[in-house]
Amino acid sequence: MLDVNAIDLHYGAAQALRAVSLKAAPGKVTCVLGRNGVGKTSLLEALAGQHTASRGTITWEGENITALRPPERARRGISYVPQGREIFPLLTVEENLKTGFAPLKRDDRSVPDDVFSLFPVLKDMLRRRGGDLSGGQQQQLAIGRALVMRPRLLLLDEPTEGIQPSIIKDIARAIVYLRSLGAIAIVLVEQYLDFARELGDHFAVMERGAIVYSCDRANLDEAALRRAMAI
Amino acid sequence: MEALTTALLYLDGVTVSFDGFKALNNLSFAIEHGEMRAIIGPNGAGKTTMMDVVTGKTRPDLGEVMFDGLYNLTRLDEAEIAELGIGRKFQKPTVFESHTVYDNLELALKSDRRARAALWWRETADERRRIEQLLEIVRLTAVRHRLAASLSHGQRQWLEIGMLLAQEPKLLLVDEPVAGMTDAETRQTAELLKEINRDRTVIVVEHDMAFVRDLDVKVTCLHEGSVLAEGTIDQVSSNERVVEVYLGR
Repeated sequence: MLDVNAIDLHYGAAQALRAVSLKAAPGKVTCVLGRNGVGKTSLLEALAGQHTASRGTITWEGENITALRPPERARRGISYVPQGREIFPLLTVEENLKTGFAPLKRDDRSVPDDVFSLFPVLKDMLRRRGGDLSGGQQQQLAIGRALVMRPRLLLLDEPTEGIQPSIIKDIARAIVYLRSLGAIAIVLVEQYLDFARELGDHFAVMERGAIVYSCDRANLDEAALRRAMAI
Repeated sequence: MEALTTALLYLDGVTVSFDGFKALNNLSFAIEHGEMRAIIGPNGAGKTTMMDVVTGKTRPDLGEVMFDGLYNLTRLDEAEIAELGIGRKFQKPTVFESHTVYDNLELALKSDRRARAALWWRETADERRRIEQLLEIVRLTAVRHRLAASLSHGQRQWLEIGMLLAQEPKLLLVDEPVAGMTDAETRQTAELLKEINRDRTVIVVEHDMAFVRDLDVKVTCLHEGSVLAEGTIDQVSSNERVVEVYLGR
């Protein structure tokens, strides 16, 4: 269980997050929605440890991780797929996947079969350089790399951005499968409402660094959601 | 030379490609003298590239950018464009942290920067008056002797706006001025820009819709490198295409 309690985040003197609270449970998809510039990526970076919250606490599996650095969080099963994918362009697909070994014990250092059954294209392209893949394939590689880490918390930042529709479907299928395993809590940041609505168990909409609307799938009010996201 | 258009800034069919991706796609719009315009749009809409083209940082593949009806900005470099009177405020504040607010403004004043002049320079009464004026405009009179490093985020942004004003630009491009500001600072920034707009033409790129509403000016919504909608914020925000685009469709 992830429990984010009223965190603030600052870049120098500028405030990016304001008292954001959020929960994410294993086997559930928590969607964070909102327009560009409202703080969604800042929130994920705070969860991954790339920036440290200036106030509030982040609790993961009962432990206060607010002050932990990214590698320490990775060793606790927190895996981050950044916007823009950030794969290594000069490493092969296989080498990129193996970078996910870093937080694992020696015995666990293998690529799970799931990665290739979810994204068969990665198997076909194991020897190809990451930079030579299409944007959609790179996104699949980035998610694959995150899965290599055996995550218990998966943070996905706009996996559909700039991706062709057929690959968006593959990614949706992968998320549905990972949720069905029941062991991974997924936080999905999106601007693509239809995609998020299909997958989400819980929704939170951000505006100006704060969460302004949240609901569960059961009581989802589409009009309210759209209003919260609209300009 | 006779002016070709009455607009202060006129983009005509501007296209910019990066690796086959069209960051700007036949983009055309005009900003009138004395106008303030808000530019919005989702990620990748071309807002930053548009400003890069206007300030000469990026050269378009196609199209023209006319300034004051006389100058085709696509043929000028960044320094020449700045000399014509186009000032740009980037999102991140860049002030001289270890200097006072007053000294930051003094450094930004238009004056002779050649070695001899700079060496023998003395502050004139005129310059002092000008700095006082700028301090008033950007609401920093009370903190004039403080180091820039000690200012709040909002105050730093205002200081940098003041430094741009010190250059006496005709056109001010401001990129996401209120990101990271408190609510009070955001409201004051809207007021500040409105005051500046009395004397100067301003283009503001912003994501913060409450702020754009406060500005209460004509809004242009960009999408995929072209103008998607233009009008009041209410017209733009009720435009079906704009709604769809913001929902990622």
